[in-house]
Amino acid sequence: MSPPLPDAEKLCAQLVAELKPALTPGTAMIGLYTGGVWLAERLHAALGIAEPLGTMDIAFYRDDYHQQGLARDPKRTQIPFSVEGRDLLLVDDVLYTGRTVRAAMNELFDYGRPASISLVVLADRGGRELPICAQFCGSRVEVPAGMRLRLLRHDSGLLELELQHAE
Amino acid sequence: MQSNPQLNANGELRHLLSIEGLPREVLLGILDTAASFVGVTEREVKKVPLLRGKSVFNLFFEPSTRTRTTFEIAAKRLSADVINLNVAASSQTKGESLLDTVSNLSAMQADLFVVRHGSSGAPFLIAQHVKPHEHVVNAGDGRHAHPTQGLLDLYTIRHYKQDFTRLRVAVVGDILHSRVARSLIHGLTTLGTPEVRVIGPRTLMPTGVEALGVKVFNKMEEGLQDVDVVVMLRLQNERMRGALLPSAQEFFKHYGLTAQKLALAKPDAIVMHPGPMNRGVEIDSTVADGPHSVILPQVTFGIAVRMAVMSIVAGN
Repeated sequence: MSPPLPDAEKLCAQLVAELKPALTPGTAMIGLYTGGVWLAERLHAALGIAEPLGTMDIAFYRDDYHQQGLARDPKRTQIPFSVEGRDLLLVDDVLYTGRTVRAAMNELFDYGRPASISLVVLADRGGRELPICAQFCGSRVEVPAGMRLRLLRHDSGLLELELQHAE
Repeated sequence: MQSNPQLNANGELRHLLSIEGLPREVLLGILDTAASFVGVTEREVKKVPLLRGKSVFNLFFEPSTRTRTTFEIAAKRLSADVINLNVAASSQTKGESLLDTVSNLSAMQADLFVVRHGSSGAPFLIAQHVKPHEHVVNAGDGRHAHPTQGLLDLYTIRHYKQDFTRLRVAVVGDILHSRVARSLIHGLTTLGTPEVRVIGPRTLMPTGVEALGVKVFNKMEEGLQDVDVVVMLRLQNERMRGALLPSAQEFFKHYGLTAQKLALAKPDAIVMHPGPMNRGVEIDSTVADGPHSVILPQVTFGIAVRMAVMSIVAGN
């Protein structure tokens, strides 16, 4: 048996505390679909960030398109502020290979040239395939082989980490 | 069972040849994906890297400016290389020579063929002969189908009216020669539109058109009553060989869309036209440029819809 998963709600509160002193007046936040948007909505509200929250679906920038084809029903990326010269917080639920973050950064640069991008994740499960790391990380989580770690959002709005069998 | 030549073994769209026979989920998948591409087309950098390194051949055996241009823009916004070929079709060079043309382009490492042809079925023939990694998109074949136009019409209707299952849609004009009408009617019925009407003179109405699930009207005044959407078709002079109509003026009098006739439709009705418009023949300028017209948004949506179609088929 693997050790129990950390409490997503506690990690969320911990991230708020860590992010607070790092905010600059121009800081804006972007969540990655789907879990990253849920987390970002919580962080964005708790931190009282002035700029509206951006949301991003990296379907058009994935590096496995030629193997997997286009993802079904990609969401519309919406960035309601100018990216140019801004300090950005990029939010995802789980950091694994780093390929999603790579795709997200490529997409971001099609909107402009940010001053900086920091990565915020609830959980880092290791297994990186690219030179990418999170500046703000809730917890490191060991994930057994053949399993997938993902974020759930209950009807109550409560966040929870869950292990699933990978397809 | 793999009877539909457009789908691969997993039921995913490999070629887009016709809306007829496409499952509802596939149609909705294209429309949803197009909605995300509309977001891309509103950015300053209107390009995504999906088809980088791929070659798209625009193979037009029939003249077209708008459709070819929008396919070209769509392919470029997907970062593909685009090669435009305007192939003059003569009556002797059908069949084998069509496939020879395709084989030659295939030898030039084509990945996707966008085909317009005066003969119904030509894109099907090509799709049957291309290599497994090559894809075909029908950009209009004879009187048969024009699926990307049908899809962009569906996208436009969904954008303004949301729910297909509450709509009354009228398609007006030269139904007989119109591949646009055929594609749209199949799409509307697949997506559950309860009432699709076709309005036109008997001479321009295909026999047995009711079998498509439409109501036939010969009078505008009756057919336009309480409709949510009016789709005007172009009077296709180049396809009219026989004396099917007395004159363009006569046509306008009976079937041209004027503000007066449009007043019979619902107050919030939208007016569509696939272009190019013949002002004063099928549509009056006051309507074409009026508040109900969504003719120019159709063109913009058409690019996003073609981006969606190409990126979906090229990935399957």
